[in-house]
Amino acid sequence: METVKRRRRRGLGIAADVSVLALLLLIAFIVIGPYVYTASPTLVAGGERLQAPSLAHPLGTDQFGREVLARVMAGGQQSLRVASLTMVLTVVAGTVLGLVAGALRAWDEILMRISDAFLALPAVILAIALMAVREPSEANVILALVVVYTPRVARVVRGKVLLIREMPYVEAANALGARLARVVARHVLPNATPELIVQGTFIFGYAILDEATLSFLGVGPPPPAPSWGNMLSEARYLIRDAFWISFFPGLLIGLAVLAANIMGDGIRDRYDPRRGE
Amino acid sequence: MTRFILARALSLTLVLWLVTVIAFVVIRLAPGDPSAVMLGSDATPAAVAEFRARYGLDRPLAMQYVAWLSHVVRADLGTSIYLGRPVTTAILERLPVSLTLTLAAFVIAVVLGLTLGLVAAYWHDTWADRAVSAVAALGLALPSFWLGICLIYLFAVRWRVLPSGGFVEPWVDPPASLRHLLLPAFALGYLQSGLIARMTRASMLEALRGDFVRTARSKGVAERRVVVKHALRNALIPILTVTGISLAVLFGGAVVIETVFTLPGVGRLLVNAVVRRDYPVVQGTLLLVAAWYVLVNIAVDVLYTVTDPRVRLRAS
Repeated sequence: METVKRRRRRGLGIAADVSVLALLLLIAFIVIGPYVYTASPTLVAGGERLQAPSLAHPLGTDQFGREVLARVMAGGQQSLRVASLTMVLTVVAGTVLGLVAGALRAWDEILMRISDAFLALPAVILAIALMAVREPSEANVILALVVVYTPRVARVVRGKVLLIREMPYVEAANALGARLARVVARHVLPNATPELIVQGTFIFGYAILDEATLSFLGVGPPPPAPSWGNMLSEARYLIRDAFWISFFPGLLIGLAVLAANIMGDGIRDRYDPRRGE
Repeated sequence: MTRFILARALSLTLVLWLVTVIAFVVIRLAPGDPSAVMLGSDATPAAVAEFRARYGLDRPLAMQYVAWLSHVVRADLGTSIYLGRPVTTAILERLPVSLTLTLAAFVIAVVLGLTLGLVAAYWHDTWADRAVSAVAALGLALPSFWLGICLIYLFAVRWRVLPSGGFVEPWVDPPASLRHLLLPAFALGYLQSGLIARMTRASMLEALRGDFVRTARSKGVAERRVVVKHALRNALIPILTVTGISLAVLFGGAVVIETVFTLPGVGRLLVNAVVRRDYPVVQGTLLLVAAWYVLVNIAVDVLYTVTDPRVRLRAS
């Protein structure tokens, strides 16, 4: 008990705690920022083109005189929407499929072979290819990312189910005549929750990175709505004259993904007694 | 050994076949087809029908799939709707670019990852270890295309020491080719070096704690030899696994880097095909990427036996 208490008080470890704080600050910046700094992210101002960062333009302006700070915040909102929805939908779909595969032998082989095939394709490539068949919109980016990451989550959940299924307490529950649904709800899901949170955190990070990649390649949500990816895509022809337009969106992508990854590592160490000594 | 490779090849062929199903079904199920892109929105219904008949788009899906698959097994990936040329030719033309980039990035990822991982494991729990962790974590988080843009800004725009893009075949002009490859290969390889460094560190830490390392040290084996010959040799299997995954993933990452550095590779082909809804090209590229993954996996399995004679490959 003693050690358990001490672990509790330590939180997630310094790095993970800092990254949780960083994520919260980033979310506050993106969500509350536009109320404080009210410049329009899409207003074209011909006279203010390519202004370097200054007091009047905190992060400078782009080739159409639009405020980079306002665009970075608006782009962040899109990233946040895509990442959150992708995370929730993927975890739900992955859990359902993983439970089915883990609990019903007949489905296991089929589902796992299909997931093998999905895993043979790098996530970004599959997402790009999926965008070929749909309009480049925010909803379709989310759909593509959910399709890409669901097999990965399903595998993790299935593994967990197979492990938990052999536990004495599950055998006991089965012996008492508990129905499958009850065993899943009372024993399997609670035991799989920490792993699901970890997976969800990583998917949140990857979704931000992948959405930016799709937008950068021009197969994401279309302009003029700013996204971190399409800002980078437009700005890379201007690095000679205006490097700041490329610098800030990329920095924010890196920060968000880094924080999500470290947070995921922290949660994993916290719940897995074998790791993080 | 031969039996193992055959069995493995068989199960991976199954994976490849499933990829053909995904590549075909997922891409064809969606509404919208290339005729709209190729002919424009004001095409007459007759022209659309003629176009669809020419490319077999009017036949039932299952028949289209069987027809496509029967060509695929003969290495004929169909005809690009936009380019009007065989997909296989289009891919083969661009493959050297992507392969060169992938392999160069792979060399950087392995050298950097192994070195960093060894340093972190050997000087465990020191500032060096923490610095390596930070470098690795950054590698997993930074968008490769942003890293590429930053590198172009520094090396091509500011200091003007390296070109900002383009491709020179290594067999035509090796020095120029190397100069063109350096930035893209680093932008791509750095990201995977983090993964390799992490695995090297973990695996080496375990090996360095082994009894055989203590024995080697106590009988006076030079420290360098202890690390490289005794510890690293025993830590190699997990490192090899993650390195194999890297090689597979790098080929996918090349897609994005090719766009940043304007390299005429398979990745650019894929992205352009997606924008133009050129299905045969999209499907062909997907298959190529999956085939690469499968080949790398077989190679890694075989290398297990080479690195560790205790591993016996069984066809199970």
